[in-house]
Amino acid sequence: MNKMLHLVNKSSFERNALDSCLRLAKTGSSVLLIEDGVYAAMSKAVSAESVNKRMQDLNFFVLGPDITARGLEDTPLIPGIQVVDYAGFVDLVVEHDVTQSWL
Amino acid sequence: MEVLDEQQPDIVKRFMYVNRRAPYGTIYALECLEVVLTAAAFDQDVSLVFVDDGVFQLKKNQAPAAIGMKNFSKTFRALGDYDVEKIYVELESLEKRGLTADDLIIPVEVVTTTDLREIMAQQDVVISS
Amino acid sequence: MLDNGIVDDTLYEADIMKIGILVNEGPFTHQASDSAYRFAEAAIAKGHEITRVFFYNDGVFNANKLSAPQTDDRNGVALWAGLAEANEIDLVICITAALRRGIKNEILTGGFRISGLGQLIESGITNDRLVVFGD
Repeated sequence: MNKMLHLVNKSSFERNALDSCLRLAKTGSSVLLIEDGVYAAMSKAVSAESVNKRMQDLNFFVLGPDITARGLEDTPLIPGIQVVDYAGFVDLVVEHDVTQSWL
Repeated sequence: MEVLDEQQPDIVKRFMYVNRRAPYGTIYALECLEVVLTAAAFDQDVSLVFVDDGVFQLKKNQAPAAIGMKNFSKTFRALGDYDVEKIYVELESLEKRGLTADDLIIPVEVVTTTDLREIMAQQDVVISS
Repeated sequence: MLDNGIVDDTLYEADIMKIGILVNEGPFTHQASDSAYRFAEAAIAKGHEITRVFFYNDGVFNANKLSAPQTDDRNGVALWAGLAEANEIDLVICITAALRRGIKNEILTGGFRISGLGQLIESGITNDRLVVFGD
């Protein structure tokens, strides 16, 4: 089995990309939220529920610069989500065998 | 970058093309199919997956002449000629849309979400459109 | 919760990878091209090789030398061309997608070339990683 990194770049209020990703992501894989996808990291948004459901078996990351850009630096994020920068994004791509983008 | 040539041992990777969008409203369905057809020349291990609105790409009886567009759905029937035989459609995506395999233009392998998770996890390259 | 198998930084710094990128959207309308650029830049800074960036769908617009953004804004086209020249990145736009959208050789920015979809498949085959940026 190949270890997969899932990229989600859309708000879960706009698209079902995150929902579909969470439905199909295999245990042990990772999800990196980028671009508008970072809104799903907000702990007080209703979208947090679906992320929390898979917090125990998936690794969640969010791209810091996209958080900063959108004014979310002081917004509480879901506990367990790690903030990474672009260098961290690269590391995630390298350490996972495959990257799949949910557009 | 390095170019494939006859001297290199043949690399065969598992390529998966993921379709999640309906046809005609955007160009992604058509342009993804164009990639799949081109890819045939490279003798890789290809799978095509239809999830969410992607299942609509396979709906029978499309007549896009009504909106001045080409009916590319017929091309799905030629996939066998291009050695693309692994065509998966997610059961849940069909059911949510009130469709069954009988509504589709080609025979496909309808898979559960659980099975599709496993299939996706086996791929080497995933191209999303 | 982290999988402990992914922690050793030393291992990864020695592990130089060849990475291919696919960009499915044009400059400005979507963030895809910006994200891809910043990813590419970061990968190069870490010592990895970005071998090829393939532009498909509206991504072909990233090659358009006629793009004239406001002077206080980033110029995506120029950024790609500059990054490619400095790091020997092969920037390829798909011929079919380009023709549809009126992107021809005469308006191509230096550093970009027009070629077929086979270049994308080749990128997937010969690179260690392929990352897709789209809408």
